[in-house]
Amino acid sequence: MSNTTGPDPVPAPTPDDGYDVVVIGGGIVGAAIARELAGHEVSVALVEARSDIGDGTSKANTAILHTGFDATPGTLESRMVARGYELLSRYATETGIPVEHTGAILVAWNDEELAALPGLKDKAERNGYQESALIGADEVYRLVPALGDGVLGGLTVPGESIICTWTTNLALATDAERRGVTVLLDHPVTEVTADTSGDGFTTLRTEGGDVRGRWIVNAAGLGADHLDRLFGHDRFTVTPRRGELFVFDKLARDLVNKIVLPVPTSRGKGVLVSPTVYGNVMLGPTSEDLTDRTATGTSEDGFDFLLTKGAALMPRLLEEEVTATYAGLRAAINHPDYLIEADRDRHYLLVGGIRSTGLTAGMAIAEYVRDVLADAGLVLKEREDLPDPPRMPNIGEAGTRPYQDAARIAADPAYGEIVCFCERVTAGEIRDACHTELPARTPEGLRRRTRAMNGRCQGFFCGSAVEQLMNDHSTTGGGCARTCHEVTH
Amino acid sequence: MSPNTSPTTLTPDVLVIGGGPAGLTTAANLAPRIDGEVLVLEREKEAGGIPRHSDHTGYGVRDLRRVMTGPAYARRLTADAVSAGAVVTTSAMVTDWADGLAVTVTSPRGRFRVEPRAIVLATGARERPRTARRVPGDRPAGVYTTGALQNAVHLHHREVGRRAVVVGGELVSWSAALTLREAGCSVALMVSQYERTESYGAFNLGGKALLRVPVANRTRVVRVIGKPRVQAVEIENLDTGARRTVECDTVVFTGDWIPDHELVRSGGIELDPGTLGPLVDTALRTSRPGVFAAGNLLHPVDTADIAALDGKHVADQVKSWLDAGGSAQDPATGVRLLADRPLRWVSPGILRPGDPAPPRGRLLLWTDEFVRVPKVTVRQGGRIVNERKLAWPAAPGRVFRVPWSVIRGISPNAGPVTLSVG
Repeated sequence: MSNTTGPDPVPAPTPDDGYDVVVIGGGIVGAAIARELAGHEVSVALVEARSDIGDGTSKANTAILHTGFDATPGTLESRMVARGYELLSRYATETGIPVEHTGAILVAWNDEELAALPGLKDKAERNGYQESALIGADEVYRLVPALGDGVLGGLTVPGESIICTWTTNLALATDAERRGVTVLLDHPVTEVTADTSGDGFTTLRTEGGDVRGRWIVNAAGLGADHLDRLFGHDRFTVTPRRGELFVFDKLARDLVNKIVLPVPTSRGKGVLVSPTVYGNVMLGPTSEDLTDRTATGTSEDGFDFLLTKGAALMPRLLEEEVTATYAGLRAAINHPDYLIEADRDRHYLLVGGIRSTGLTAGMAIAEYVRDVLADAGLVLKEREDLPDPPRMPNIGEAGTRPYQDAARIAADPAYGEIVCFCERVTAGEIRDACHTELPARTPEGLRRRTRAMNGRCQGFFCGSAVEQLMNDHSTTGGGCARTCHEVTH
Repeated sequence: MSPNTSPTTLTPDVLVIGGGPAGLTTAANLAPRIDGEVLVLEREKEAGGIPRHSDHTGYGVRDLRRVMTGPAYARRLTADAVSAGAVVTTSAMVTDWADGLAVTVTSPRGRFRVEPRAIVLATGARERPRTARRVPGDRPAGVYTTGALQNAVHLHHREVGRRAVVVGGELVSWSAALTLREAGCSVALMVSQYERTESYGAFNLGGKALLRVPVANRTRVVRVIGKPRVQAVEIENLDTGARRTVECDTVVFTGDWIPDHELVRSGGIELDPGTLGPLVDTALRTSRPGVFAAGNLLHPVDTADIAALDGKHVADQVKSWLDAGGSAQDPATGVRLLADRPLRWVSPGILRPGDPAPPRGRLLLWTDEFVRVPKVTVRQGGRIVNERKLAWPAAPGRVFRVPWSVIRGISPNAGPVTLSVG
C-alpha cells in the first residue's frame, strides 16, 4: 500500500489497496491536478471515462492562452487565469507546447461596443492587466487590414496568445504519468461507495473495474454534476453549451495575424476570428445552451450564424475554403465562478464550473487544489527527485517541424517521408505517436498528436495510408507489426 | 526553412511538380529533346496520379489511342517518362518556394533544393470534402470523397459499408458508384443539385442503366446523421424545400473539384478567379516567368487523357523558352478571355497575339446549366465577334469543349473577350 510519508521516491501504484488520491477526468484540469499532486509523496490515479486523454471538452475549445483581462475582478477565476497564464507560458517553453504570442484586439462595430471599451480597459486593470490600450479605427485596420467595413475603434490586449490545447493536455498527462500517476482510460465511473469498512478509502465502481482512493477529486467537466450527486451533493447543474467553429484553409492565414475578439455587450457576445498555431484561421464559436451532453454535431443554424458574422467581420475570409468544422461543449454551470470545494467528511473535492478559461487556468487550479487538499489534512511532502517534463513533438507552425529539419531527416529518413501532404505530417511522427507514452489508439487520437488528416483534403490523399501506418504500429494485440523498438524523439 | 537546413541543390533543366498524367506526359515529351535533365517530383509513393486509384477502364483514349484501366494507364505513362530519359522521383514533396525559380523539397533521401531553368506545375485537383461544402451534422466514420473511397478500396483493400448515398452529379460520381458496387456496397441514392439527368448520358463506363442507381435531382444534403458510424443523411429538394431522411452507412462526396493550388498561391502567381488554378495563356505560361502549368490544375477537371495532352503541349512551350535562353522577352500583351453565366470558367484565360492555339485546339469551359444544343457567342467590346452552334450539349459535371476557331477575328487591343452560351 502507498505511504504518504514513506521513503519510496516514486510511489508505486497500488490498485488493489487504493491510491492516496484519485482524480476523475483526463481533461486539461484533471491532468494538471494529477501532475501537480504527483510532485509530492502520494500515489495518484487519473481516471478517464473515454479512450484517450483530452477527448472531451478540452479538445474543442478556442485554444487561446488568456491573460484574464476580461474576468470578473475578485473572482477565483480571475486569480486562476492570471496565475495560470504565467505557469502555462513557462511550461509551454519547457515542454515545447506550440504557442504564438500574437496579441488580441477587441473590435467595436457599433456605438454601444465603442462605449464599452474604456470600461473593459478599467476592468483589465482591476484584474492586474496593465498593457491594454484604446486605439482608433485607423490603427485597427493597420493591424488587421482584412477586417470588414464599419470598425469604430478597438482595445489591444498584447498578451493574449494562441496555444495548442491538444499538446497542452498530452504534456500534462504524460508528465503526470512520468511522475508515477496511474492513468486509467476507459474507466467511466458508475457508482461511488463511501468508506464503509473504516479503512479510509472510497471505492469508485467503473466500467474498467473498481478504483479506490483516500481522496477523490472530481474534475469530470461535463459530467461533474452527475458525479457530484453520486457523492450525495446537489449544488449545481452543468448545462452543455455548444460552440461551433469553422477552421479555414491555411491559405487564409495571411489575412489575420492577431486574435480579433468581439466586445461583449448587452446584445450578447459575438464571435472571434483567430489564427491557430497550425497556421489556419478559426471563426467562432457560436453559443447555444443544450440539454444533450453528447450533442457534438454541427448545425445549420450554427453555420448560418457563423457565415453571417464572418461576412461582416472579414468578408475575404469567406472566400477561402473551410478545412474543418468543430462543435465543442463547454461545461457552463449555474454559478458565476469556478466552484472548487472540499468535502472533508467524505474526503472528496469538487472542481466544477471550469469554462473555456480552464485551458489557461488549469495549472493554477492544480496548485489551488493542492493547497485545499493540504488544508483538509492530506499530507503533501514535496518530492525532490522529479523527472524532467516531457519534450513534446512540435506540431505548431512557429517552430521547426520534422519535414523541415534536414539534420533530423538525415538521421532518420522516416521524418522525410511525408504521408499527410496537406499538414505535412511524416511517417516518423505517426510512428512516434503510436509508440509514445500515452500513445494514439484511434484516428482521432492520432489527429490530435500529429495533425495527420486535419488538412484541407480531409483524407482524399492520405486517409488510407495514415490508417495503414497506424494499424502497422499499433501496440494493441501483440505488439508493433513494424517491430519498432524505441521511440526516437 | 529551418535554420539547421543546408540543403543539397539539384539543377535539372526542367522541374515538373506532380507525377500524374499531365506531369509524366510533359516529361516524356521534353526529355528526349533537351540536353539537360527533366526531373519529375511526385509526393506519393508511386507516380501515376489519380488514375492509380481508379480501377476501371476508359483511360488512354485520346493520348495513347487505346483503352486501358486507370492503374495500367498510370504505369504506362510512368514507364514512358522514364524510358524517355526523365528522372521520376517519388515520395518527394515540394514544400516551399526558395528564391527565383528554386524550390525546397522534402523526401526520405533528405531535404534538398531544386534550382531549374523552368518549372511545370502539374499538381492536379482534388474534390472538396464535406467540410469545405459546409454540410453540418455529426462527424461519423463512413464519410468519403471519391478519392478517399477509391484509395481505400483499390489501394488498401478496405471494407466500406453496405448502403451508400453518393453526393454529386458529375462523371466522377458514377466512378464512385462503380467502386462502391465492386466493394459490395449498394447505392441507395445519388443526390444531384442539377435539374436533369441527361448529363449522365455521356457516362460510358458501365452506364447508368447497368448500375440502376436512383437519382434525386435538384437536391442537396443538409445533414449527416449518426455516431460513431453514418446512419442516415437528411436531404432537401432545392425547389420545394421538402426534406426527408435517407438511411445509409456510407456517404461519398464526389466532384466539386478545386485545383491543388497551394504552390501557385504561395508563389504569388496570379490565380484565375474562375478555375482557382493559375491564370495561363494558350502557351500555358503562368504570371511568373519560367513557370508553366498543365493538367487539371488548370481545368478542374477534365479526363486524364486531356490532362496528359496538356503535357504534350506545354513540353513544346518549355522547349521554346529554354531555346530562347530561359529569359525570353516578355510575351506580347494579351486580352483576357472570360466566361459569362451559366458558364463558370474558361481555360486558358489569356489570348496573346502570336501565341499557339491551346492544347488540342480547344477552349475548355464549365457550365452550371444543361444546354442541349448550345450556341456559343463570343463578344468583345460590346460587339458580337462570332456565334457558333455546337452539336454536343453543354452539361454540368463535365468539361464543355469548344473549338478554338470561335475566337477568330478578335482584336488584340479591344479589351476582354467574353464567351456565353444559350
